[in-house]
Amino acid sequence: MAVAVYPRNLAEALRILEIQSPLVLAGGTDLMVKRAGTYPDECPVMYIGNLPELRQISRQGEELRVGAACTFTELLASPLLPDYLRVPLAQIASPAIRNAATIGGNLCNASPAADALPMLYALDAHFILVSAAGECRMPVRDFFLGPGKTMLAAGQLLAEIRIPIREGWRCIYRKVGMRRANSLSKLSFYALSDCAGGRLQDIRIAFGAVAPTVVRSREAEMKILSGLPVEEIILMYNGLIKPIDDARSSSRYRREACIRLLKQYLQS
Amino acid sequence: MGEKISFVLNGANVSLETEPMRRLLDVLREDFGLTGSKEGCGEGECGACAVLVDGRLINSCLMPVLAVQGKRVVTIEGFRETARFHALSGSFDRAGAVQCGFCTPGMLLAAEALLTDNPDPTEEDIRGALSGNLCRCTGYTAIVEAIRNAAREGEGLWP
Ligand SMILES: Cc1cc2nc3c(=O)[nH]c(=O)nc-3n(C[C@H](O)[C@H](O)[C@H](O)COP(=O)(O)OP(=O)(O)OC[C@H]3O[C@@H](n4cnc5c(N)ncnc54)[C@H](O)[C@@H]3O)c2cc1C
Ligand code: FES
Ligand code: FES
Repeated sequence: MAVAVYPRNLAEALRILEIQSPLVLAGGTDLMVKRAGTYPDECPVMYIGNLPELRQISRQGEELRVGAACTFTELLASPLLPDYLRVPLAQIASPAIRNAATIGGNLCNASPAADALPMLYALDAHFILVSAAGECRMPVRDFFLGPGKTMLAAGQLLAEIRIPIREGWRCIYRKVGMRRANSLSKLSFYALSDCAGGRLQDIRIAFGAVAPTVVRSREAEMKILSGLPVEEIILMYNGLIKPIDDARSSSRYRREACIRLLKQYLQS
Repeated sequence: MGEKISFVLNGANVSLETEPMRRLLDVLREDFGLTGSKEGCGEGECGACAVLVDGRLINSCLMPVLAVQGKRVVTIEGFRETARFHALSGSFDRAGAVQCGFCTPGMLLAAEALLTDNPDPTEEDIRGALSGNLCRCTGYTAIVEAIRNAAREGEGLWP
């Protein structure tokens, strides 16, 4: 029989992680689907959903700090959450899933369709990874290696997500899926813009689920800002997008939908 | 051997020694005989297995029992004992919101979670709150109406 381990604080969790190599459980909404019916026989399970250090949301200067074990419901209820984070997170699954699912689990699970991902790429967020040996700060684009693959090492936990605050920036998030609630995206499109003073000052564009990791290109964004014609921008992105065929959709459909969403956005 | 997992189930302290990764749904049905929580999909998509954990709607098919250590779990059997249940179920009956009844326990608990947060929901709020609960019989309209009526008539029940 497996043993459940309940660390009382982060330091204790990291010690247990180092010594016992347990399975780490937060909300369980990804783990339970994957392991349906099968239990980890002898492997201990460490529950991190109660760790106080991973459950904080705070603002420090120009950065929002979000504990990895905050659920989506808790995030959405926080007055500190800006709209450009609220819009994508509100589209995740259903109330019951958002009540259990954590942002850290969403990121560590590293599904290309994860809804927390495109916004964090667009905002140049950083992750704080911790182990018994200490902590390190890593840009989001370095963390993700491919579907289900991250830089998280044995003995490490994702502790915090640090997100720059961009006062007044506006986002749109389009999630193309089968059903409104509880569906993983076939693809997703996140765009963020700064139109202070009625002029486009900055723009960020990120696509989810159309390549092994999120697609974002600062070079293409700079071209948009410099006023390159829409057709040429679209050609650039067309080269960056590398969708696959799978049960949820075909690569052709994904490519066309991406291009259409981008075109619509650029022309608006 | 595993440690005991203790929690409050429908108001009573309970404690059991079991495989910690078992689904809360199975523990409720098999160990406690509480069969009001149903298994529809087993994957978090239908809400038939929904219960309240510390007052929040949770799909018990996705929650390993170890995660309810120290928490309060309310199933439809516990909710039945409340005045809110009677207001909601009366309203479901009058609106014709129950056909086969398989989704009903989950729907009632989703409605309770909604009205606790928001005693005066719009139709959009209600539909959002039910977005994780599937019903294959009613087409939802009657359920939405039942919840709206319960909110209107259940004055004072949901503060
Ligand atoms: C019906 C349904 C609908 C869904 N819809 C959506 C959707 O619309 N959009 C979406 O993006 N996702 C969706 N999901 C996926 C899922 O809910 C999310 O990915 C969720 O955020 C995972 O978080 P969790 O806390 O439940 O993770 P868990 O299942 O607890 O963990 C997932 C993985 O991350 C690891 N882990 C968790 N936290 C940490 C940490 N702090 N440090 C290191 N490792 C950690 C675990 O060991 C495990 O490998 C859906 C899932 C279901 C079942
Ligand atoms: S059985 Fe749990 S959500 Fe369907
Ligand atoms: S009444 Fe039959 S599933 Fe809802």
